[in-house]
Parts: sequence; structure tokens; C-alpha cells
Amino acid sequence: MLPIFFKEINSFFSSLIGYIVIGVFLVLMGLLMWVFPEFSILDGAYANLDTLFAVSPMVFMFLIPAITMRSFAEEMQTGTIELLATRPITDWQIVGGKFLACLALVAFALVPTVIYYISVYQLGNPPGNLDSGGIRGSYCGLLLLAASFSAIGVFASSLTNNQIVAFVMATFLCFFTYLAFDYLSRLPIFFGKTDDIVQSIGISYHYESMSRGVLDSRDLIYFGSVISFFLAATVLSVGRRRW
Amino acid sequence: MSVKVKNLLKIYGAQRAVDDISFEAHRGEVLGFLGPNGAGKTTTMKIITGYLPQNEGIVEVCGFDINSKPMEARARVGYLPEHNPLYRDMYVREYLAFTANLHGVLNPSKQVAEMVERTGLGSHRHKQIGELSKGYRQRVGLAQAMLHNPDVLILDEPTSGLDPNQIVEIRQLIKDLGKEKTVILSTHILGEVEAVCDRAIIINKGKLVADAPIQVLKKQFSGQNTVIAEFAETVAPKLLSSIKNVVFVKNINKHQWQFMSEGDVDIRPEIFAFAVANRLTLLELRREENSVENIFQQLTK
Repeated sequence: MLPIFFKEINSFFSSLIGYIVIGVFLVLMGLLMWVFPEFSILDGAYANLDTLFAVSPMVFMFLIPAITMRSFAEEMQTGTIELLATRPITDWQIVGGKFLACLALVAFALVPTVIYYISVYQLGNPPGNLDSGGIRGSYCGLLLLAASFSAIGVFASSLTNNQIVAFVMATFLCFFTYLAFDYLSRLPIFFGKTDDIVQSIGISYHYESMSRGVLDSRDLIYFGSVISFFLAATVLSVGRRRW
Repeated sequence: MSVKVKNLLKIYGAQRAVDDISFEAHRGEVLGFLGPNGAGKTTTMKIITGYLPQNEGIVEVCGFDINSKPMEARARVGYLPEHNPLYRDMYVREYLAFTANLHGVLNPSKQVAEMVERTGLGSHRHKQIGELSKGYRQRVGLAQAMLHNPDVLILDEPTSGLDPNQIVEIRQLIKDLGKEKTVILSTHILGEVEAVCDRAIIINKGKLVADAPIQVLKKQFSGQNTVIAEFAETVAPKLLSSIKNVVFVKNINKHQWQFMSEGDVDIRPEIFAFAVANRLTLLELRREENSVENIFQQLTK
């Protein structure tokens, strides 16, 4: 698993993908949080990082599929998957290595946002007057959300040898698992307890619950299952020549 | 026994791509896979490497079943796929180091340096694979296949697209490898089989049609004899076909003729007698050994 992980990380940074992803994410976040009047923290009255945690999932919805789209599609397009699949490593190791590399790149992009936390911490009145627990929970939630999106993206990439198709499918699947259940639950056919159940299938329900700063085992189990489900589907899809 | 294939069957839809093929390959042997395009050579190789599953049959590599002990079997196989797929954006040394790590090679940098040396990639080792010419890419493909010092090498058309000098070099490399390892190579260049292989397997439409050492193959099909004769004068073809035992006459050149006879009879004395009787000057008279080309054409017709 490690050789694949490092090979992927290397290829992110030897091509422009790695720099572009991190650059675009940070510039966008910087603008939204400090410059654009409507969203900016300086304009608002509260010392919090709500903008970061509200907008990041939307940005990830496009950025993560862009990172993951080549992971398997390119290997299948060029035929290198044949060499990879005949090495003494299991399909799980191949999928795991690629998934972790994508997740690591997103995590890299998140690291500099700690500066925002420090800045807002200092800006509070009195300094330090902000909900650190909530922010810690939100970061955990954001990482788990990124992991779910990465698993979805790697899965979409394994379905096709066309990177554009992989990107579009991944974006749609990310949107669907993140928001669609939330909106669907508002349909009048779901009432009473059922709308709550439908809502809890989506990622946003659990993401919001984590951003309250409480690490609920139900949320952790939920994210764990989403990630494992899509990774297992990827392993199945990568090995589909065997069926 | 390094590679053992028994009753291999692979079905694509309604087509039997590999139909009941059995053979064995031993250490210290270069085995040639021959057959027209689409005969099932590549499919058989993909099954041996564990990339494709078979429908029926058993494949063992160094005693390890490819299905029940895939990791052990794969660790002992070096594979060069058909179109030599490579990561174009990786550097030669980076790629080879990656391969070494995948195989858990103990001393990766030393092994990579040795392979770079052995395949003649020395001056190109710092280049990106995408920048290399086809010949050098093929060397990278061979280097990655040999990197973990496998017992079995499976090379699918290793010399395709190379220039004549490169072909000679790669063939020599394969021949050297064949002394200590089991090499299975596929090709549709028949001369290649004669040049590098000890044994040939001929596959046609998924079926095995011949499996024998090259020498035996040649002998087996020498039943039909070919004789080339050249006369100084022009001769009527009708006259020539009247020679005893000749079943077929073909004009190759203006004065050069190809005679074919059935069975093991030598027709050269008859041709000589014919020339004397008709007062012809015989410039050349030689018997042609059946080439692999002839055998191949006969078997896969």
C-alpha cells in the first residue's frame, strides 16, 4: 500500500494537480473569509469559522473529484492497471493506497486554514472568545467528509477509463450523498419519523451534527460505513474483469 | 517445473479464446508462443500472470496455483504486457524504484542500478518515460519485468516496434535470461522463434496445434521436400513438371525454379538427369530446409 501511496503523492506534485488544488482552495477560502463583504468575518460581528465549514463542502464537491478522476481512469486508459494488478499486492492495497493519497492531498490543503483559527482567536473580544470545541469537531467532520468524497471519487474513477466521465459522475455522487437526502426528506411523502430517517442517510446531517463539537459514535459509524462502502465497491469494480 | 498449464479454457461470449491448452515450461528454456493475430497468445499469457481468470483448467507457477496462491505465484513472475504500458510522467529511475518497492525488493537502489546497467538505459535514467523513444521504452518494460529477479518471465511481443539493431540486442538479452530462468515469449515474427527459442508452441484459434523443440518441428515437417534449381537456358514449365516424383513446380526467377516432391524422396538426381537429357546447363541445385514460416503456414491454414 505504501509504495502506491507515495507514487500517487509524487505524481500530484510532479504534475500541477497538487499545487492547483491547494492553491485554488486556499485562494477561494481566503477571499470568502476575509475579503468578500457578504461573507467576510471582518464584516460580521462574530468570531467564528462558520464560513469555512459551510463553504468547504461545496468546494470539495468539485475539487475532490478533480483529484480522484485520474486515479483509476488513467491506469485503465493507458493499460498500466494490468501491470499493477499482476504485482504481488491485493486490490485492496491498490485502492487503499490511492484513496489515502487523495485524502492526504486534501488534508494538506486544510492545514494552512489553522492560521484562520489563530487569527479569529486573536480577533475575538476578549481574545480567545470562540468555540474551540465546535471548531475541533468541525475539522473532524470536514476530514471525514473529505474522506467520503475521496472514496466516492475513487469509485467513480474505477468505473470508466474516461477522466471527464469520472469527474462528472463523482461530482454528482458527492452532491447526491451530501445534500440530496436532506432535500428529499422535505418531500411531503416523508412525514413523522421517516423524514428524519431519510435525512440521516445524507452526509450533511452528520456533518452538521459533528460541527456542534460532539463526537457522536453514530456519526463516526456513519462516515466509516460510507467510506468502507465506496471503497469496497471500488475493489469490486477494479476486479470486474474477473467476473 | 516452472510453469504448468493444464486444460486451460477461456470463453469470451460464445468464442473459445483459449480452448483446452496444456503445456509446461522449464527452467533454462525459452519458450516461443506462435500464432496468427487473435489466436489466443495474449489471453493465455494474461491468465498465467493472474490478470484474467480462466473458465477452466489449472495454472501453476513454480508450484503455486495462480488462483489459490496468487501472491506467491505473482511474486515469481515478471511480465511485459502487449503494448508495454508505462507511466509516461514518471522518471525512469523513479518508476523502477516504485516497481522494486511494490515487490518488496530488499536493496531497491542497488537492484535498480543493476537493471539500468543490464538493459542499457544508463544514459537515459534521468529522463521522463514519456520522452523516451520506443526502443528505450521497451527496455524500461523489460527492466521492470526483471527487476525483482523472477523465476519466470512472460514477454508479450518484446521486440515489436524496435529497429533491427535493437531487436538483435533485446534478443541477446532474452537468450541470456533464458539460461537461468523460464522465459515465455510471444511473437508473430517467425525468425525470432528460430533465433531465440528452444521450443515453440503454435496456437491457432485457441487450440494448441504444435508443441515441440524447434529442431523437431522442422524435421517433422520436412516430409515435403523443396529443391531450388537454376538453369542457364529458358525451359518450358510443362517439361519440368514431367520430371519423376515432382508434384509442384513454381517459377521463382527467370531461370530459377522451385520443385516440390511428396514424401522423403530426393529429387535432385532426377533433376540432374533431366538437365543432362535435355542438354541444359544446371547452374544451381540445392535442397531447401523447411523454414518455420512454412511450418507455421501449414499448421494455421
